Amino acid sequence: MISKVEIEHVANLAKLKFDEKEIEDFTEKFSEIIGYVEKLQEVDTENVKATYQVNPNIQLMREDKVEESFSNEEALSNAPDKQYGYFKLPKILD
Amino acid sequence: MDLINLSATELKRKILNKEISSKEVVECYLNRIEEVEDKIDAFITLNKDEALKAAEEVDRKIQNGEEVGMLSGIPIAIKDNISTKGLKTTCGSKMLENYIPPYDATVIENIRKEDGIIIGKTNMDEFAMGSSTETSYFKTTKNPYDLNKVPGGSSGGSAAAVAACDVPLALGSETGGSIRQPSSFCGVVGIKPTYGLVSRYGVVSYASSLDQVGPFAKNVEDAALLLNVLAGYDKKDSTSISREKVDYTKRLKEDIKGMKIGLPKEYFTEYVDEKVKNQVLEAVEVLKDLGAEVEEISLPHTEYALACYYIIANGEASSNLSRFDGVNFGYRSAEYSNLEELYKNSRSEGFGEEVKRRIMVGTYVLSSGYYDAYYRKAQEVRTLIKNDFDKAFEKYDIILAPTSPILPFNIGEKIDDPLAMYMSDILTVSVNLAGACALSVPCGYVDGLPVGLQIIGNEFEEEKILRLAYNYEKNRGIDMKIPSLRSEENGL
Repeated sequence: MISKVEIEHVANLAKLKFDEKEIEDFTEKFSEIIGYVEKLQEVDTENVKATYQVNPNIQLMREDKVEESFSNEEALSNAPDKQYGYFKLPKILD
Repeated sequence: MDLINLSATELKRKILNKEISSKEVVECYLNRIEEVEDKIDAFITLNKDEALKAAEEVDRKIQNGEEVGMLSGIPIAIKDNISTKGLKTTCGSKMLENYIPPYDATVIENIRKEDGIIIGKTNMDEFAMGSSTETSYFKTTKNPYDLNKVPGGSSGGSAAAVAACDVPLALGSETGGSIRQPSSFCGVVGIKPTYGLVSRYGVVSYASSLDQVGPFAKNVEDAALLLNVLAGYDKKDSTSISREKVDYTKRLKEDIKGMKIGLPKEYFTEYVDEKVKNQVLEAVEVLKDLGAEVEEISLPHTEYALACYYIIANGEASSNLSRFDGVNFGYRSAEYSNLEELYKNSRSEGFGEEVKRRIMVGTYVLSSGYYDAYYRKAQEVRTLIKNDFDKAFEKYDIILAPTSPILPFNIGEKIDDPLAMYMSDILTVSVNLAGACALSVPCGYVDGLPVGLQIIGNEFEEEKILRLAYNYEKNRGIDMKIPSLRSEENGL
């Protein structure tokens, strides 16, 4: 069983927050899922390489040349808040 | 003439012959949507005016004798996680409720280039996380065969739209079965292409090493037609693979004599509904009669696939979804006094329960102290799963299985039990982990609900799985009627 403290730690890493009741419900369902995936520990993977990607591509390089991209207006078109052509955020330095 | 019951291929022929105009076709489908949408709830956004305008443009080209693209004015519905310039793309989430992409995904560019008409954006599980469309922030789509049942997910809106004759073609996306499972539930054809065949550029990422876009259609030939438009190298997607173009409609009609089919015993266990199993085994008999050679095989690591999948998919998701932070686009909370609160409140209010759960599981398996035990371990098991497939494909052309272990379930039945919901994906996730291709084709009904036959092929063997599916479809001897033709039973 995963503890409430651990859940709160993970929530903080994921930049999520839950109220008391949500945490309780969450802890239960979360533990059930983690309990299920524990199943993998039975598999012998000694000397087995990890597959992070099935794709054989290597990262291709491209010419460093300027191409057409979004205008300032387009880039800001979905901004929740903006000012003077920038994304607007609360102050992070005093 | 009832246009809504025609296949895309037939519509294309009639439009090119000038028997009907693209505008008439689009109007006819828009009327159909208006008629049934309040029962099905397949769409989040409709693109009415733009669709009619685009249809007029195709008609103008035809009238002037100009060259017309492969989709020649046929309407298409698009899953709402695929970016469409100027048209809302919500991912079924409050987080992107008002998001309007300033650019098109490459697959959308391809569709426009080939004169396909984008008629609307379809409902889906939030950020493609779910197997029923019930995690959508907006609505739950209904299965056109039985309005009390789910259409499957996450691409349930697209599958239901095709089944309800709202559109002849639709786009979906898969991470662990999100095209095949709803295809099975809604009695339509759906393809999960080989990883790297179709560009992911502009498709909102769930798990980048597993995601692929693919077509939905009423029949195999139509699905092959749409795959022709989707497939192809794209320099904007670093995992896109450069290969020679294939016309997937070309070799459909060739026979399947001597084709070697493996039936993995792990896909016919007690976890699979007996009735579903029987329906699939009947399909196997049809294929044998057509000259296919069928043998039982083993994919020994199958039982670990779902656990492996959930670790990898959620790990990648927790990283991919960190971009939704209330800064550049998407939902921003009204309540915050500093940046940390802005992040936390925006994400906590903008994401639904299942998305938060998966981000949490993903963050946990990637976090310090657990990475090796979960994430690395899962990547190693992924190698073993892929090896199982590679070995099977040394000897067999095709692997055959049910698409879903169960029939479409009731709305509300599994939504409070995440593990039970995940179990509906046990027969599809392995293919995504291995990067292979697969499709689902209807193989009959059980209790009035459709059953899907899953045809799995090796990497880039789409032509082969389509050929087998086409031969099966033409000879299955079952009167598969899409719901609009079964109107007495379901009120459509």
